[in-house]
Amino acid sequence: MHRRKRIIPGLALIAALLLLRAGAAQEPPGRVDFAEQIAPILEKRCKACHGAALQSSGLRLDAREAALRGGYSGPVILAGNSAASRLIRLVAGIDKDLVMPPSGERLSSSEIELLRSWIDQGAEWPADSKGAEGDERKTDHWAFQRVVQPTRPPVQAEAWVRNPIDRFVLARLEEEGIEPSKPARLETLVRRVSLDLTGLPPSPADLEAFLAAPSSEAYERLVDRLLESPHYGERWALHWLDLARYADSDGYEKDSERPYAWRWRQWVIDALNRDMPFARFTREQVAGDLLPRATVDQRVATGFHRNGLKNREGGVKIEQFRFEETVDRANTIGTVWLGLTVGCAQCHDHKYDPISQEDYYRLFAFMNDIDEVEIAAPMPGEMGPYLKALPNYLIRRRELLEKNRVYELQPAWEAQMVLAADNPGKWTDWDHALDAVQKYLDNGEGIVRKPRSERTDREQTKLEDHFIKNYHRVIEKDFWKELDWVSLREELIRLRADTPDVTYGRAIANADPGRRTHIHIRGAWNHSGIPVEPGTPAVLPPLRLDGKHPRLALAEWLVSDENPLTARVAVNRIWQEYFGRGIVPTPDDFGRRSPGPSHPALLDWLASEFMDSGWSLKTLHKTIVMSAAYRQSSARRPDLEQRDPGNTLLARQRRIRLPAEIIRDAALDASGLLNPAVGGRSVRPPQPQGVTGLAYAGSVSWNSSRGKDRYRRGLYTFLQRTVLYPQLVNFDMPDRTAAVCTRERSNTPLQALNLLNDSVFVEAARALALRILAASGGDTAGRLREAFRLCLSREPDASELRHLQEYLAAQMAIFDSEPESAAQFMPLSVEGVDRVEAAAWTGVASVLLNLDEFITRE
Amino acid sequence: MDVLDYRAIQTRRHFFRYCGGGLDAAALAFLIGRPVRGATTVPRVANPLAPKPGHFAPKAKNVIFLFMAGAPSQIDLYDPKPALQRWHGQPLPESMTKDLELAFVKPSAKVLASPRVFRPHGESGTEFSDFIPHIASRADDICLVRSMHTEAFNHHPGQSLLMSGSVQLGRPTIGAWVSYGLGSESVNLPAFVVLSSGRGASGGSSNWSNGFLDSTYQGVVFRNTGEPILYLKNPSGVSNRTQRARLDAIRELNLERYEATGDTEIASRIQSYELAFRMQAAAPELLDFSKESKATLEMYGVGKEPTHPYATNCLLARRMVEKGVRFVMLAHASWDDHQEIDKKLGKNCQITDQPAGALLQDLKQRGLLDSTLVVWAGEFGRTPMGQLERVDEAAGRDHHAKCFSVWMAGGGVQGGQVIGTTDELGLGIAEDPIHIHDLQATILHALGLDHEHLTYRHMGRDFRLTDVGGNVVSKFFA
Repeated sequence: MHRRKRIIPGLALIAALLLLRAGAAQEPPGRVDFAEQIAPILEKRCKACHGAALQSSGLRLDAREAALRGGYSGPVILAGNSAASRLIRLVAGIDKDLVMPPSGERLSSSEIELLRSWIDQGAEWPADSKGAEGDERKTDHWAFQRVVQPTRPPVQAEAWVRNPIDRFVLARLEEEGIEPSKPARLETLVRRVSLDLTGLPPSPADLEAFLAAPSSEAYERLVDRLLESPHYGERWALHWLDLARYADSDGYEKDSERPYAWRWRQWVIDALNRDMPFARFTREQVAGDLLPRATVDQRVATGFHRNGLKNREGGVKIEQFRFEETVDRANTIGTVWLGLTVGCAQCHDHKYDPISQEDYYRLFAFMNDIDEVEIAAPMPGEMGPYLKALPNYLIRRRELLEKNRVYELQPAWEAQMVLAADNPGKWTDWDHALDAVQKYLDNGEGIVRKPRSERTDREQTKLEDHFIKNYHRVIEKDFWKELDWVSLREELIRLRADTPDVTYGRAIANADPGRRTHIHIRGAWNHSGIPVEPGTPAVLPPLRLDGKHPRLALAEWLVSDENPLTARVAVNRIWQEYFGRGIVPTPDDFGRRSPGPSHPALLDWLASEFMDSGWSLKTLHKTIVMSAAYRQSSARRPDLEQRDPGNTLLARQRRIRLPAEIIRDAALDASGLLNPAVGGRSVRPPQPQGVTGLAYAGSVSWNSSRGKDRYRRGLYTFLQRTVLYPQLVNFDMPDRTAAVCTRERSNTPLQALNLLNDSVFVEAARALALRILAASGGDTAGRLREAFRLCLSREPDASELRHLQEYLAAQMAIFDSEPESAAQFMPLSVEGVDRVEAAAWTGVASVLLNLDEFITRE
Repeated sequence: MDVLDYRAIQTRRHFFRYCGGGLDAAALAFLIGRPVRGATTVPRVANPLAPKPGHFAPKAKNVIFLFMAGAPSQIDLYDPKPALQRWHGQPLPESMTKDLELAFVKPSAKVLASPRVFRPHGESGTEFSDFIPHIASRADDICLVRSMHTEAFNHHPGQSLLMSGSVQLGRPTIGAWVSYGLGSESVNLPAFVVLSSGRGASGGSSNWSNGFLDSTYQGVVFRNTGEPILYLKNPSGVSNRTQRARLDAIRELNLERYEATGDTEIASRIQSYELAFRMQAAAPELLDFSKESKATLEMYGVGKEPTHPYATNCLLARRMVEKGVRFVMLAHASWDDHQEIDKKLGKNCQITDQPAGALLQDLKQRGLLDSTLVVWAGEFGRTPMGQLERVDEAAGRDHHAKCFSVWMAGGGVQGGQVIGTTDELGLGIAEDPIHIHDLQATILHALGLDHEHLTYRHMGRDFRLTDVGGNVVSKFFA
């Protein structure tokens, strides 16, 4: 949050310089005494920002060693050379965009002259001068203290307590003299816990079984069953995808498709379903490629780092964008695991938290050696057919390339490409061609530079394909026509399509040799300061490398017992999903600006239990949903509207509008259309024509999926970043540009139009109507009850029933007078039910799918 | 909401239940928290789009942002550089070009002098190119800025900076900020509407994103043919009677649930459905030009090629402003003329110039220009050097971030003036540099908003449109 520096007016600068010269000419000063003449200037004019309390730009001018070492830009005092010393340049206003001190009066010309002379005379700074103590930062901020298992407080109403969570909640309520709410109705609880754990409403069978014999044990069995459901992994993957900024395309102007992005999502769903410990979940995503004998799955996990945006726009500088990607990766680690806004320190020391700009680039350094690779990551059943078809495919491909002179022409093209890379600006057309290699081929320049023998088959194939597609950039039009590689490409694409292939994964690998990291002055990609080594923020426990690769050491450090943040941050985010608000209300910021936890001991208890359980997420989920606090009614408490309007004290549950994807799931589920398949590639449900027309230059096409793929869960909707699926946007799915910890829950007319009129929801209403009409006999009240159960998992009360009956009658009357409308609204015919009636029931179904309660978990 | 409000709503349930064919105006007013005739204790349901006062008295109430995506050439439209003729066809000395950041061409590229003819217009005598005679005819209403600059020299980052104040994607855009700051004057149309023509901007929907603000503030894309807003049309077979019956049933059941839970979100949901229903009627009405005079239609160029699509959008923009839409963005793409610039730029001008000029004239005739700020801007400018990708094509120009031109009119802006100058070759700014953040701060200022105080806390930080910069340029209002 740097304010742009004001440029000092040219005239003043000239005047200042003239004064300096004049001063120098008139009275050359004698030997300067540091303690008498220099220290007071530094003390008076510099120490506020460059002292023990604050070291702006990493510079400290009140202690000998630190001062002579310099700041993020490097040394500022060069003994014997005042003209080259940055200190002088800045105080004398020689660099036009920055002058020190930045506010207040300028240093006088005699002060500047003293500093000059002192430096020219050798910048002597007596060692016995005061305080050169280290800049070790200590803090008593709660979030930076180690997690200690707190004692469980005593409570009066022991009977209410179901597990330790309740003790912490109740102790606080009793302190305030507030009674907790009564338990939610059983139907509400079952719907709540089903939606929370699996993102789907309860099956009518589950609901019926539970209501027939409700008990604490039956509830626990239900919870266990839900946690074992493969839909658990889908529901909670959604949560992780927001944090990992997952999407199926690059973003930015070109917004190219990422056909294999889903392979990483698949890994997440599987890992969650197997209850992979969060520690391992972390290690594999942050540094899976560095684990000893890393498996394909562990390398797929590193796709976490590949989820950020990618700018392949023509004029983008490769190194600039690599810098921005690395910034994104460092910031994401900061948000997701540390709950800190480390990104604020990209340009300057953090304004509120003890994170210096140096800390930032030490964290950045962990991510700075990442190269992007694509690896074969076959799904079960793919390998056999692939291997069987491969020999023939390779022969055919070789023949085609041979016949079309690819092998003959490519080596010279590669050689010239390397030359162009080494001589930028020499050949314009080759510069463009190189740019294309760098942009469109992951690690493209690296591949071109590798000898053929060191490339993987995949790399070679991709390079050949790129060559065939892009050779026209560097040859005459006539020659390009003669080659006719447009037809060759078509043939290759056909051949590929006819041959079984495996799935690939977007992973990372270590750049070799590792790149050096520097502090970037004011966060600018092309303005390097002093070099830094990978390391964790000084205020947090130190990193132990123990000979490990730094990124692997970081992954282990994130989930070490001493780390005070990771467990707290993770449990708080999960808590937020269950109560609509975190114990710390700012899940993305555990720093000093956060209001802090409402129940500090509860947060620490959850965090320490989480670690003690071996970082089991399922155990954590179960603990929360088994608590009495979770099982309370969500009805508003008029008695607390004044005292606790935000429900901070947890004297009740909360109604929470469902996430965008789950609204879709709930509608498909109620209608019976849902395709419950778990995992796999992304799909494109129907969306109105013209949506993708708003993407850049018609670069995006949307061919709606067919058959059962139309009815897959919202989680699997193809996320085209520049034109996201409208229903998801309308219901606040984050745009996946950066990690998001908390979804907004807006309430808009567009949402109403979406549920009322979108063909997806109309189709669901029709299917639901069929289901209602098929399920029971001709009794209207019975059918309405069934409809209510399917949508809301409960029985309607008398008044609700009456409203629906009245509506049904009114709707039938309307359709009686508009028979054509009836046929249009409900084109499917139902045996034994007349058209008007079927259409009116479709109306009933649509009404239910539009209810606030339907899109809310109560 | 306090207990009294809660009770008041309880006792007013009859209001919803017995108001026959849907909510009448009074009921709607009740819902959105406006005073109703004779009523003294009207309970309020929080409407995030209820009109809000700004930080100080505004000069403008609405904005029409003519967004020229792809970066039009200032050298061929707004900023005459006769000195380039001397250099035409030659590279500039390295000393002049060493600080340029260029996307495609090298600093040694040859200069391309503009073939366009510039003439002074209006009493003010501001010079405009012969490609834009209609805009030029409004010279005395226009405040032209020739000294804009930006950091981003690629399209998507540049558009992101122009719209959201940051090259990093994911922040709210200016229309979203304005809706968030001021709410809407319209009870049946969205606060922030987007009209698109041409081939789609680089930034796609990120140019009207609500970012991390809730989706209430997103720009709603309004198409000028067919269904104007997504999901606006009733499903086939749903007549207005059926739609109303569905809505009434939904309302009754929602009210039941409201009674059971006391959750005000349900009251907001009821209100959203009523607004949706009104929007269904109001949005298509906007497209009905039958009451516009023939002269008006001709002035814009409606029904005539190549102006028709853009003319329709400009006329729609005026109609929306009349109905209280706060922020209308007209995106037209693309002005990214790397090759054959004279031909391609000419074509875009033929499409957009007449409608844009007509919009200013029409707003003025109707007395709307005083309260409507019109902005014409792209994300950056173009180089004085030409760009040649192939020898057999006419030259274009590369991206240029160091100086370019934009203009504003209406909404308290003093027309007939030029702010800033560039050096004689158009490489950089000579006087009065105005950064994107300054432009944004100034637009907000015109609307009565202080850019440093229009903030939203996200990820532990108070974000604002102007990021960490921005100064209001008072010369605009001089």
